[in-house]
Amino acid sequence: MGMTMTQKILAAHCGLDSVEAGQLIEADLDLVLGNDVTAPVAIGEMKKMKVDGVFDKDKIAIVLDHFTPNKDIKSAELCKCAKDFSIANDITNFFETGEVGIEHALLPEKGLVVAGDVVIGADSHTCTYGALGAFSTGVGSTDMAAGMATGKAWFKVPSALKFTLTGKPGKWVSGKDVILHIIGMIGVDGALYKSMEFVGDGIQYLSMDDRFAMTNMAIEAGGKNGIFPVDDLTIEYMKEHSVRDFNIYEADEDAVYDEEYVIDLSTLKPTVAFPHLPENTKPIDEVGDIKIDQVVIGSCTNGRIEDMRIAAKVMEGKHVAKGVRVIVIPATQKIYLQAIEEGLVQTFIKAGAAVSTPTCGPCLGGHMGILAKGERAIATTNRNFVGRMGHPESEVYLASPAVAAASAITGKISCPCEVCED
Amino acid sequence: MKALGKVYKYGDNVDTDVIIPARYLNAPDPSELAKHCMEDIDVDFAKNVQKGDIIVATKNFGCGSSREHAPISIKACGVSCVIAETFARIFYRNAINIGLPIIECKEAAYGIDAGDEVEVDFDSGMIYNRTKGTEFKGQAFPEFMQKIINSEGLINYINNK
Repeated sequence: MGMTMTQKILAAHCGLDSVEAGQLIEADLDLVLGNDVTAPVAIGEMKKMKVDGVFDKDKIAIVLDHFTPNKDIKSAELCKCAKDFSIANDITNFFETGEVGIEHALLPEKGLVVAGDVVIGADSHTCTYGALGAFSTGVGSTDMAAGMATGKAWFKVPSALKFTLTGKPGKWVSGKDVILHIIGMIGVDGALYKSMEFVGDGIQYLSMDDRFAMTNMAIEAGGKNGIFPVDDLTIEYMKEHSVRDFNIYEADEDAVYDEEYVIDLSTLKPTVAFPHLPENTKPIDEVGDIKIDQVVIGSCTNGRIEDMRIAAKVMEGKHVAKGVRVIVIPATQKIYLQAIEEGLVQTFIKAGAAVSTPTCGPCLGGHMGILAKGERAIATTNRNFVGRMGHPESEVYLASPAVAAASAITGKISCPCEVCED
Repeated sequence: MKALGKVYKYGDNVDTDVIIPARYLNAPDPSELAKHCMEDIDVDFAKNVQKGDIIVATKNFGCGSSREHAPISIKACGVSCVIAETFARIFYRNAINIGLPIIECKEAAYGIDAGDEVEVDFDSGMIYNRTKGTEFKGQAFPEFMQKIINSEGLINYINNK
């Protein structure tokens, strides 16, 4: 029986010629990731284990990105715990403020993940690296602890959903709009326990940043992972960022899928997810009149350079609407610097936006942009659950950077075509 | 191994942000997390829940973040079991790893109401609704999962092997 991309990667990491959906395997790990929220819990668990140290100091990444720069004393204690552990174990890939970026933008940029890898991370958006043709998935702190100690993790081999993308997306349609459309179509548990495999001629029109945004949100459909095949664009990206060898796995022609969907990208419109689930999507022309108090442009979904570029393009020469707070957060130091060099940061500040050092901050209601009772935000982040960005009676609408930037200018959820001439 | 308690009932897609909001993740001590468990979906839960009580929900319980703090907060409240039609996969894994018993059973998820007294037999997977006099067959835990739960989590289980 044929295998999917995901199944082939997993088979190669457990020493088997083939695996099938439902099979329990123990796989070798190429990278184990944790952050300032999850790593301290994992470190506590690892201390209980009868082990001398980590399995490989080069294959662990500790990224202090959630409540950083430290928002309060308790957060500072968590970061200190993670830092002390990283120093004691000589962890090569430890990143704190000044070098840190949001983990899922940082790791590919640093070349720490390449095609064919198996990666676990104690963060649900670890599924992002599927854009590179890797198998990566989110786990909890205990799995992270076991992974750091042994270099292995057990998995149930997932079945898969196949999304064949055709056609060329329209001007204001990005990877974020595609994945929001898909989540709207299949629901927040539509891919529960499964792989989401994105294939088809349409993917040639999706940049790496588009693909990262899409695989990032596989978890919002309940998916175990999301994955793209490796093409010239992926290879170019990996050669630019990594010195590591990579392995390309293609799905067999007779691979079995639970469901197959065909999506013509040319028919999609900018898409917005209404509170309080990512599946509550509407195309931009059905959104209606929704006034906003805050705009957040950033996160592991949409804090990359192309996101900064399109947001700046929409905001160029304009000013944010009176009474609207606009917070722009480049996802890594490299992206931040690039945004400065390209004049994007100047555009944001002249337009009346605040620009922050990299942090997850407002996405999870940590800091740097918390909502009051009754306030409403449009954000390029990935979740709009009750209380996600602050007060339980606040609201988050999810959209692309172009839509968020246009909304910043008008003060209500808007299509970029309303504020840009061409 | 059995659980017996009063039921707190919730609907679809109870996410980890409402189980334990991120504003409390800066203090991962289980007793601190327990004080705020379910706060954004049921403000009185942490105050009212008794040792042994059971949470019943419908689809996709525990969706969202990978924070292990979510099952830790539920367990630290004294909850003896979570029954749902389905669980989000990271939550499912985390719950087993920290030794919180969870059972998937669609019929029980819809046949049990808030306040019902329910007994769960983990050996057989049987769920008894004492209030309504009904019973449901959930999936029994395989032996290794029972051992993980009895050991209070995966790490102790590995250490004890």
